[in-house]
Amino acid sequence: MIVAENLTKRYGAVMALDHLAFSISPGEAVALWGANGAGKTTALRCLLGLLSFEGKVIVNGIDVQRRSKQARAVIGYVPQEASFYDLSVAQTLHFYARLKKAAETEISRVLQNVQLEEHSAKRVSALSGGMKQRLALAVALLNNPPILMLDEPTANLDVQAQRDFSHLIQNLNQAGKTIVFSSHRLDEVLTLAKRVLVLADGRLKLECAPEQLAQQLELYRWLRIWVHAAHYHSTQQVLRQNRYVCTPNGTSVYVRVNEGSKMAPLRLLESQAIPVEDFELLDQQPAQEALP
Amino acid sequence: MIEIDFTSVAVITAKELRDALRNRWFVFYTLAFGGLALALSALGQPLSGRVQLSGYSRTAASLINLVLLFVPLIGLTLGALNLANDRENGTLDYLLAQPVTRAEVLLGKYLGLALTLFAMLCVGFGTAGVALALQGRAGDAGAYVLMVALDILLALAMLSLGFLVSTMAGRTAAALAGGLFLWLLLVFIGDLGIMGSAVLTRLPVDTVLGLTLINPLQLFKVASILTIQANLEVLGPAGVYATQRFGDGLLPMVVIGLLVWGVVPLGAALWLFTHQEKFRSRRSRQ
Repeated sequence: MIVAENLTKRYGAVMALDHLAFSISPGEAVALWGANGAGKTTALRCLLGLLSFEGKVIVNGIDVQRRSKQARAVIGYVPQEASFYDLSVAQTLHFYARLKKAAETEISRVLQNVQLEEHSAKRVSALSGGMKQRLALAVALLNNPPILMLDEPTANLDVQAQRDFSHLIQNLNQAGKTIVFSSHRLDEVLTLAKRVLVLADGRLKLECAPEQLAQQLELYRWLRIWVHAAHYHSTQQVLRQNRYVCTPNGTSVYVRVNEGSKMAPLRLLESQAIPVEDFELLDQQPAQEALP
Repeated sequence: MIEIDFTSVAVITAKELRDALRNRWFVFYTLAFGGLALALSALGQPLSGRVQLSGYSRTAASLINLVLLFVPLIGLTLGALNLANDRENGTLDYLLAQPVTRAEVLLGKYLGLALTLFAMLCVGFGTAGVALALQGRAGDAGAYVLMVALDILLALAMLSLGFLVSTMAGRTAAALAGGLFLWLLLVFIGDLGIMGSAVLTRLPVDTVLGLTLINPLQLFKVASILTIQANLEVLGPAGVYATQRFGDGLLPMVVIGLLVWGVVPLGAALWLFTHQEKFRSRRSRQ
């Protein structure tokens, strides 16, 4: 469905994409993972034919460099933050439907898909961030394209809106759409992707399953666990036997956990009949003196 | 080769036209221009110097000076702000991510604004024309209509220049500054510069004429005067020379000149827009 060969993008002396090569099959959901500046957005824009590039990109059998408009007709694009004209939701959809040569009847279908029917008369400026992203998704779906490309689609949304949006994307993938999205949020990747392409400095650093991502990239967090004093030493023993890095800290134990498997130590202790009295997940590394 | 699907162009044109007609600036400009045109026609005493005219022709002559200030300002600023504004607020990036080409976007936007200007000028001149007809001062209506057509040509030329500025400018403020600078250059500095140079360096009359006719505003002025009288005496020695040198060929020549000013900057804007590095977005290297 999508094939990139030696995809290279230069901005003067800066190499934004460095000979990327990958392929994506129909119906797959693939995440482009990487920090800011890794090349995720540039890669998506090259796939859309919005940027000139070296190498070759084929989307649904269309050579993007030669026929970028035709390629965009088979891709529904959702940016991180879509900027709409000062129109109502319905007028916005009518405008883009005409541009995409989609039937007028498609408008009610996509409004229903993204649950915006009751907001169709509202001005776009009156919508919340989550609703605007859903409108962008509705625009992307107007001509029923086989591919959806989403550029950090939930980056600016609150937690509930993130969940709702991810759920919509999941449903679309299950319905057969090929999904390509960029993200630096592990939970989003774990929820939506079947495969992850890890970009760093414009290069394809790693290709793996979402479950392997945290381990491969050593994405750690710290779990602080409180157990009864009677289990204090056995807790550390069990965790160390299972190769966890941990250290006691007075009445609690710090355990280093992988993103994506934060529950594992708790389940392990439970299986060993060690009751956990409380726990806390730390976003940042604990103070140095508390670490091994 | 530039790919253009006129259905897509028409969709964008219709949207631009609808946006412009809803825009309060359009309403303000139309009312202001219509009001001034009406006032000039009602005053009766033209700003046409020594020329003895009446009815439509007199009003047409009076309107030349109004048009020379007003229309370039509107055309240049509307054109300059259009693409730059959309680029800055992100709507252009989003539009270009749809199945459209950059040429279709630029042409659609240009045609939308061109139709807007056309509507505005028709309302303004139409109001004055109807007022004159009601007063029973209908003189040479053909000359009046011809001047309106020239006015529209001037508006399109200024819009083309504005779009060229908009294509080159990175930000809205820069585009507006560029448009206003061009307006000052064409309306004041160009005229005064040529007059000053002619006096100081004693330029030959044909050189003065050539330099004058580089300016699209002067082309419009010459063409407009020729629609209401046979010679260009009001423009001084250069005008007399032009009449003697080119005779009946002068009017078609300046009209072609105006057309060139409409087509060349638009062509340049189209070329630049379709060839410049795509997506000059704030987030282009993420």
